[in-house]
Amino acid sequence: MMSIFSMPADVFLGQLLLGLINGSFYAILSLGLAVIFGLLQIINFTHGAQYMMGAFVAWMLLHYFGIGYWPALILSPIIVGSLGVLLERTMFRKLYNLDHIYGFLLTYGVALVVESAFRAQYGVSGQPYRPPNALSGIIDLDFMVLPIYRLWVVAASIVVCAATWIVIEKTKLGAYLRAATEKPVLLRAFGVNVPRMIMITYGFGVGLAALAGVLAAPIYQVSAIMGGNIMPVIFAVVVIGGMGSIGGAILTGFGLGILEAFAKLLYPPAASTVIFIAMIIILTVRPAGLFGRTR
Amino acid sequence: MREPIPEQRSPMMEIRGLEGWYGESHVLHGMNLSIGEGEVVTLLGRNGVGKTTTLRAIMGILDRAEGSIVFRGRELLGLPPERIARSGIGYCPEERGIFSDLTVEENLLLLPVVGQGGMSVEQIHTLFPNLKERRSSYGTKLSGGEQQMLAIGRILRTGAKLLLLDEPTEGLAPVIVQQIGVAIRLLKQKGFTILLVEQNFHFASSVADRHYVVEGGQVVDEVDNADIAVRSQQLQAYLGV
Repeated sequence: MMSIFSMPADVFLGQLLLGLINGSFYAILSLGLAVIFGLLQIINFTHGAQYMMGAFVAWMLLHYFGIGYWPALILSPIIVGSLGVLLERTMFRKLYNLDHIYGFLLTYGVALVVESAFRAQYGVSGQPYRPPNALSGIIDLDFMVLPIYRLWVVAASIVVCAATWIVIEKTKLGAYLRAATEKPVLLRAFGVNVPRMIMITYGFGVGLAALAGVLAAPIYQVSAIMGGNIMPVIFAVVVIGGMGSIGGAILTGFGLGILEAFAKLLYPPAASTVIFIAMIIILTVRPAGLFGRTR
Repeated sequence: MREPIPEQRSPMMEIRGLEGWYGESHVLHGMNLSIGEGEVVTLLGRNGVGKTTTLRAIMGILDRAEGSIVFRGRELLGLPPERIARSGIGYCPEERGIFSDLTVEENLLLLPVVGQGGMSVEQIHTLFPNLKERRSSYGTKLSGGEQQMLAIGRILRTGAKLLLLDEPTEGLAPVIVQQIGVAIRLLKQKGFTILLVEQNFHFASSVADRHYVVEGGQVVDEVDNADIAVRSQQLQAYLGV
């Protein structure tokens, strides 16, 4: 750790910012997974495909209907989230009483079908998607030149994650969610429609994935394989943070983005593996993850 | 929905030929019982005879149940649990069911209102002062007695008129048992109807109007609380004490 602080300050800040940008996506995506896992006890392997669909819907809205970035930021999560609700109603709902392996198979299978369909239609090369004019351009921070859009992504991610955390931990709605996570059957016996809550929660988690997709579109381009590329890291983040821990998913997402950025600087070949090395070490020491509790 | 016209002396809840299963295991074998408006009725019996299962069947959270459970003129069997609760029934489970991720206050305010005339939080705090002191503690930090008070207290807010209490005195110190007893008698005065599952015969006789003795998933005897002294020996035999 000392070597980090012996770097020149501008290099340090530059890497920190780069880490925060990747971490923004890690945080939103792992937050969605954690919210879904908490209530449904399903690991949503469709998450990457839904992230990709979020980006594609934004691209389609622009390409076919001339609807730009700002409306897409709202519309795309709603559209993809609604498709998620449909999936929950028609398929997942039948699996809740079965072994978790069925949930894995279904979500993984749906992801394969969706990604193959987009690949067949649009190929694997990325479709360009420009950031809105208000967020184009760069700012010169002296020590580095930073596209404004990336700063926006960091800010948007922090706001979305903080808002989600507050709703879940501090409001009545969140109390229902925490209660349903802990004792769903009993909560029903108190008069709460838990199946409907599960449906809405899944839609919300999927909506978060789609939102990350829209945010990512101007940075990574829009392609059928973008979800498959990022998801291994996201699953590592969720496992390190502790399955189902909301705050854990957010903090670990940003933290691992930063860790990755510094690894890239200190020893570039390790950049893509450092997260998985961290995962192995942390699971050895704390099997439930950094913020997880053993039940 | 039309309010059913209350017939004279028709019971608030009438259970007929109730059969119940946990998975493959057949636990209830034709339970028959009825509860009048404002009554405190107990299900007495040893461990594993089907008392808790009966309450779970009423709440719709049993794997499988057959027969009939009519509450205020409406068949409950087959309804999802949330609709059963919303018809005006409050459930206090045996394991107390306190949500450990929620504070005392959150636990108390969590349950949706299912009817008119629920008690206010102040009234509940007066009934169970401990809950006021511990309001910002998390559920798991409570003592067994405090958990029981919270489990009862939170269903008083909802306006439910029929309370199902599953062994509220189990594992509690005598002084707390007394406090729970005072609370139940007060609730009866306030007009609540209570179906109480108990193994503690002494406690049951101090709060209830009537007792059903349960054995092997059936009601095998019914005793009016007024006759309890006369029938005491027989009841002790049922309970194996």
